[in-house]
Amino acid sequence: MHLQAKRLSKLALSPVLMLLSMLGTAAWAEEAQRWQTNLTPGVTELGAKIYDLHMTVFWICVWIGVVVFGLMFYSILTHRKSLGAKPADFHESTSVEIAWTVVPFIILIVIAFPATKTLLEVYDTDDADLDVMITGYQWKWKYEYIDPNGDNVSFFSNLRTGKTEIYNEDAKGQHYLLEVDEPMVLPVNKKVRFLVTANDVIHAWWVPALAVKRDAIPGFINETWTKATQTGIYRGQCAELCGKDHGYMPIVVNVVEEAEYKNWLNEKKSQAAEIKALMSKNFSLDEQMAAGKEVYDKSCAACHGANGEGGVGKAIAKSPIATGALATHLDVGVNGVPGTAMQAFGGQINDVEMAAVITYQRNAFGNNMGDVVQPIDVYNFKQGK
Amino acid sequence: MSAHHGPAKGFTRWLTTTNHKDIGTMYLWFSFAMFILGGAFAMVIRAELFQPGIQIVDPEFFNQMTTMHGLVMVFGAIMPAFVGLANWLIPMMIGAPDMALPRMNNWSFWILPPTFLMLASTLFMDGGAPNYGWTFYAPLSTTYAPPSVTYFIFAIHLMGLSSIMGSINIIATVVNMRAPGMTYMKMPLFVWTWLITAFLLVAVMPVLAACVTMMLMDIHFGTSFFSAAGGGDPVLFQHIFWFFGHPEVYIIILPAFGVVSQIIPTFARKPLFGYDSMVYATASIAFLSFIVWVHHMYTVGIPVAGELFFMYATMLIAVPTGVKVFNWITTMWQGAMTFETPMLFCLGFVFLFTIGGFTGVMLSLAPVDFQYHDSYFVVAHFHYVMVAGAVFSMSAAVYYWLPKWTGKMYDEGMGKAHFWISFIGFNLTFFPQHFLGLAGMPRRIPDYALQFSDFNMMSSIGAFIYGASQLLFLFNVLRTILAGKPAPAEKAWEGAEGLEWTLPSPAPYHTFTTPPNVK
Repeated sequence: MHLQAKRLSKLALSPVLMLLSMLGTAAWAEEAQRWQTNLTPGVTELGAKIYDLHMTVFWICVWIGVVVFGLMFYSILTHRKSLGAKPADFHESTSVEIAWTVVPFIILIVIAFPATKTLLEVYDTDDADLDVMITGYQWKWKYEYIDPNGDNVSFFSNLRTGKTEIYNEDAKGQHYLLEVDEPMVLPVNKKVRFLVTANDVIHAWWVPALAVKRDAIPGFINETWTKATQTGIYRGQCAELCGKDHGYMPIVVNVVEEAEYKNWLNEKKSQAAEIKALMSKNFSLDEQMAAGKEVYDKSCAACHGANGEGGVGKAIAKSPIATGALATHLDVGVNGVPGTAMQAFGGQINDVEMAAVITYQRNAFGNNMGDVVQPIDVYNFKQGK
Repeated sequence: MSAHHGPAKGFTRWLTTTNHKDIGTMYLWFSFAMFILGGAFAMVIRAELFQPGIQIVDPEFFNQMTTMHGLVMVFGAIMPAFVGLANWLIPMMIGAPDMALPRMNNWSFWILPPTFLMLASTLFMDGGAPNYGWTFYAPLSTTYAPPSVTYFIFAIHLMGLSSIMGSINIIATVVNMRAPGMTYMKMPLFVWTWLITAFLLVAVMPVLAACVTMMLMDIHFGTSFFSAAGGGDPVLFQHIFWFFGHPEVYIIILPAFGVVSQIIPTFARKPLFGYDSMVYATASIAFLSFIVWVHHMYTVGIPVAGELFFMYATMLIAVPTGVKVFNWITTMWQGAMTFETPMLFCLGFVFLFTIGGFTGVMLSLAPVDFQYHDSYFVVAHFHYVMVAGAVFSMSAAVYYWLPKWTGKMYDEGMGKAHFWISFIGFNLTFFPQHFLGLAGMPRRIPDYALQFSDFNMMSSIGAFIYGASQLLFLFNVLRTILAGKPAPAEKAWEGAEGLEWTLPSPAPYHTFTTPPNVK
């Protein structure tokens, strides 16, 4: 009873709270608010223009609506048989017909000017300070920072919200479904060009606050851009139906000062170097099992089940592949199975992770094969040795 | 005038009938059954979205529900409902004894039940029903589709066959079988809108057939129409689909315009304002429908010149559509209106469809659409035109012509209750979805961020109310048929005009065996 009352009072207060939060615009821009009823102007100049255009057309529609519905309701209220109204018998007027063809046409032309101007800006991807390649996968995003010297940084961005929250076993966190393990990091006040594509099906990369939505299409690269003028964390989601977990591939963009961005980028580069170092290391079965479980839960469990029992994908437990020849197992992991939902993971997880997860699959779920795969084995397999 | 002129007895009457009234009745009942089935899918969707988190169905099944809801509502409920209406009314409105091609008429109906049985059976197949959305974008619907996709393709082919036969029949009937004196510009507007709709159907259904055939080839015969890896293009799919899909939208709404244009003059007791301009507006909308398809794909990366062309063409649609709305309101103006159930549904139609038109203008603006696209704003928009447009006008039509069809009157109080409950339920369901979309909620997701909880809960409650109101509709219609009070001999409505109201109620099995003379 008490709890319910508290919830109710929260519910009643929330429009007020939203208005208050709108005054401090930062939170309003970063992500959707409770009871939010309108588009966000976001944190880009282009987004503000799109918002203005949206509001202009909205008010034009409202005023047309007031006039049209006003006449309609006036007629409904007064031209009633029950009030003794006698029907008039007019039923055409060429001049009136011409008027209400021409007037809307003129209004549309007036709207077309700002719309055209804004659209041309949306398409102006020239003179970018930074290029980031975005690749949609079922069901995660890959971000690759294009380096002029070829020293690209790339990583995957996965949903961080756990299954227990989704299935209502744990309380849902503040950023439920809008949080990732590794956000995209961008420098503030820089024009960033996005090269958008996909690996499997069509996805769409959408962050309302950055005023970007662009389809990610396998085999084609789309270009779009943004320039955030405020630091902050901006959240969005995949907008094009892409299969089972379409609702579970969020986007988080962390816009930071340029110095901080450079630090982050350097750190990513040194992480890549570390992985290179791990390539020559020999891991024990226990180490590989622990590391492999992490990779499995992140990359495999969605289709193959948390306990290898299968789902969209085949069961791993007692599977002929996980209990068969290692080369075949590596082939499926690295190259995927063309024509099915089993993706080629060779480019998605690094060799260290691949070695761990293959070891895990061969020894977990009662498979108990006993073999330990090392990063160098994966490397050699990829080289065709 | 006896035995062999009346209907056969028992089930064979329905199986072998070539009578336009029998076939119309079957179409209407079939479409209502599909409306309930598609509605049940919608209830599953809204129940899952009642709260954030996964409660009732898994994401995989949720996708099957959104897909099947769309397919069943568009192809099973709305389209056959208007074909049923056309079957019943067009011969009676133009003074013809029956449809021009009665045997084909029988076939075009009887294709549908097995087709939808097959489509529904995919729910029980290995891998489940179609789960790629009713727009079935490749490669999600080809390389990544469940095995049932082949049944889906076959079902689409059969629906297309049925629609094409139905439309050829309507064209042949309207062109050849008008009573003496019934010139084109004297035809009731419902006949006009259906004639134009039939041409649209004949033009675009083969495009849809080509589209699914290319899918079939990609899936089973190693072609790569829609796969970049083999030299194809996934965006090609969308161009072909929407070249069908946009005219399809008008295929659904034009007959609805026709219905409203018949009913409003009756209850305003005043002739339709601007008949000629209504005909021209309908034809312009039909023409424009072929050159606007890319507005469904503003975000796929069309070159900017193309984007501008399609934006301007799309904005233009507002002009003829506006003309229609102005004509309806001017028809009411200085009339002597009464507000029986059919009129209420038509007023609801004009009000809500116009709101859908406003959001349509907003969506036509490509730069802003980069924010609206694939969000709940779009879901709200097309339900305002599909439900408050097509479905409201269908309800209006049933109440309006039911006395003619059955010879009995429906219960007015119950009819009005049906209207008000649907009106409230509908707006509670779909108005908040504008807010959700603008705040950033994508469509077709089974679960959502916590900020979206309140409006989603509201929307679900509205959907349950709207769903329940349809049971009241069913009850009212059944009660009319079984125990309704007799309807007035000819005109059920004081202001009703048109040849169908010169016939006795219920309309005899064969009508206008000698054509009437139209002055």
